[in-house]
This record gives sequence, C-alpha cells and structure tokens, in this order.
Amino acid sequence: MLRELTKGLFRENPVLVLMLGLCPFLAVSVSLQNAVGMGFAATFVLICSNTIISIFGRFFPSKIRIPCFIVVIATFVSIVEMVISAWLPELNKSLGIFIPLIVVNCIILGRAEAFASRNKVIPSIFDGLGMGLGFSIALIMISFIREVLGSGQIWGITITSYFSNEGLIKPAAVMVMAPGAFVVIGLIMGFQNWRKARKLAQPIS
Amino acid sequence: MQEYILLFISIVLVNNFILAKFLGLCPFIGVSKQRKAAIGMGGAVIFVMTMASVVSWVVYRYLLAPTDSNLFYMMMGQGKVPADFDFTFLTTVVFILVIATLVQLVEMFLMKVVPPLYDALGIYLPLITTNCAVMGVALLNIKDFGMLQNAGVSLVKTALQGFGGGVGFMLVIFLMSGIRERLDQIEVPDALKGAPIAFICAGLMALAFMGFAGLGQ
Repeated sequence: MLRELTKGLFRENPVLVLMLGLCPFLAVSVSLQNAVGMGFAATFVLICSNTIISIFGRFFPSKIRIPCFIVVIATFVSIVEMVISAWLPELNKSLGIFIPLIVVNCIILGRAEAFASRNKVIPSIFDGLGMGLGFSIALIMISFIREVLGSGQIWGITITSYFSNEGLIKPAAVMVMAPGAFVVIGLIMGFQNWRKARKLAQPIS
Repeated sequence: MQEYILLFISIVLVNNFILAKFLGLCPFIGVSKQRKAAIGMGGAVIFVMTMASVVSWVVYRYLLAPTDSNLFYMMMGQGKVPADFDFTFLTTVVFILVIATLVQLVEMFLMKVVPPLYDALGIYLPLITTNCAVMGVALLNIKDFGMLQNAGVSLVKTALQGFGGGVGFMLVIFLMSGIRERLDQIEVPDALKGAPIAFICAGLMALAFMGFAGLGQ
C-alpha cells in the first residue's frame, strides 16, 4: 500500500520523470501560493477521479471508456473551479484558465487509464494521493527557485531588502517570465539525470 | 482591418501559445524530434484549433451563455429573464466533450474524404484531444471575445485567435525540430541529453521571442 503512495513521489514522479502535465507545471510556478493552490486542486481531482473510476470503471464500455473518464474528471474539475472562484478569488485570478485546464492534464487521465480502471479502490486512492503529492512537490520546488531568484520573495514576503527591486541587487525578472521556467525545468531534469547516473556508476560494495 | 492584422501578429509572435502561454507543451517536447513530424503535428493543430474555436464559440454563445440569443431562452423563455438560462458552470464539461467529439469527427471525415491529408495528419489527430492548446484556446476565446456585443466581430476574432494560435504553434514546433536535429549531432553533457537540453533551448527561444513584445497589442 505504501509503495503505491511513494512511487509517485520520486521514482515515478509524474512531472520530472514521466514528463506529464507540463503545461500547468510551467505556467503556474511563478509563486509558492500558486503552486500550493494548483497542487491541492490537482491532488483533489486525482483522488476523486481515481476513486470513482476504480469503483465504476468496469461498467464503462471499453470503446468509449476514455470519454467516460473525461466526464468524471471534468465533473470534479468543475467542483474545484466553483470552490476556488467562490472562496479564493485571488488564486482564481492568478491561476486563470489553468484551473479548467486540469481536465486535459495528462497525469489525471493517465492514472485513470493506467491504474484506477484496473485496481481496487484503496490502492487507487493511495495512487492518486501519491501522484498528486509528487506533482505538488515538484511544483513547489520549481516555484520556490523561481520566486526566490525572480522576485526575491518567499510566499510573497521579501527575504532581505538588499535583494529586492529597491535594494542593491535586483532580482532577475526573467526567472518569473517564460524563459526562466523553461531553463529551470531543463536544469532540474538534468540534475536528476546526473544524480541517477552517479548512483548507477557507484560500485556495489 | 488593421486591428485584425495586429491581433494575428500578437497571437503568433508576441503571445505565442507555447513560449508565452505554456499551452501545448507535451506535443511540443514529444513530437519535435524530426522536422517532418513537426510539420504534420503543426498542420493538425492549426486545423483542429480553428475548428474547435468556432464550434466552442457557437456552443457557448447560443447554448450556455445567459444572453438574448440563448436558444433555450428563445424556445422556452416566456416570462423569464436570460439569467435563468445561465449554463456557464457547465463550460468545462461541455467544451472537453465538444473537442473530443470534434477530433473524432474530423478524423473520420478526413479518412473518408481526403485520404492524402489523413495519411499526413492521421497519427497526430488522436493525440490532440488532450492537447491543452485546443482546450486553452477555446477557454481564452470565451474570456477575451465571448461577450462582445457584435456576434460577427466576436466570431471573426475567435476564429482568428484559433488559427493564429495554431500557426504560432507550428512555427515554434518547426523551429524547435530544426534545433533538435542539430542537437543530436553535437556533444551535450550526458545528463542534459534529450528533454533537458530541449527545454533549455526552448527557454532561449522564449527569450528571443520576447523581443517581439511591442509589435502587437
């Protein structure tokens, strides 16, 4: 059971290893608030859709199962959309169209197809939770880097006055813009590959 | 006329779907290894994005939005106000179904009627359903132009945004495939081979495209 949970965190991390769900990943990773909001939303949808699909998945005719999955996912995304726009209008504004776009996030459809439709309820819930957390952790990591380097802030709070727009050293605004996102994710993936290669190269004692 | 040209330029170059709005990244990284595949994918995306923009606009304007032209309001709206027929909360569900159906229809239509085009685009079409650029353009259209008073202007702008978004997608994925064909032949640090170096190149491209800011709106 625990393995279903932990595999999503590192070994099969949906974003950094499987390269799924890149669009929201790069687009909302401008600040930590966005990252946490998006992470929660995606995890909630993943857990709910995995649950429903593992229970009712076997009743879907196999030819139209993908549209059925999409309807289930879209329902939960609509719920999240309404909740966020009602209670967190600011988050709603900064995430913008990327909340409804959770529907086409390949992680969620991928887990429904590859895991939830073939497994029992409890493992599917854990799988959804693990994958959601893996997505959130990766998202928080990259947003942390981009927010610190790009605007000199953590969770919207300036770290020191030296490293701010009024201070001696100005933060590199390019990091919070589009190019920064691409470069940071490229380097993070490279770092992960480098670590993996080093682990493999070590002699087995 | 000038307004439309500016809109087109700004969608293709300034607010490029991949490099500025981060939409459609999965096919961008996945299908940009060869130039031929990139052109096929780009063509399929232009086609589907234009169609999806128009169809989703019609669905939103005449079925979902609470306006005078809502079909449900026109049929059974005696003694009620348009706001009673506000189905916008269904937008996400309806759009994804419309797009998935549309892609299937386009695929079947091309297979029967234009076989050469189907051979060129066929394998890319099913991938497009989960391409967030298509869903993204539909949602952006509603946000940007959905509520314009003049239906004609709104429709033209919507179609233009869909077509321009597709053209921008094709331009960038084609440029990227050229870069990646070169990258295969030069020495890259082992850790960065494949996707990581592609992302870094995309970053540099995004930086270059930022130079277009100020061209459009």
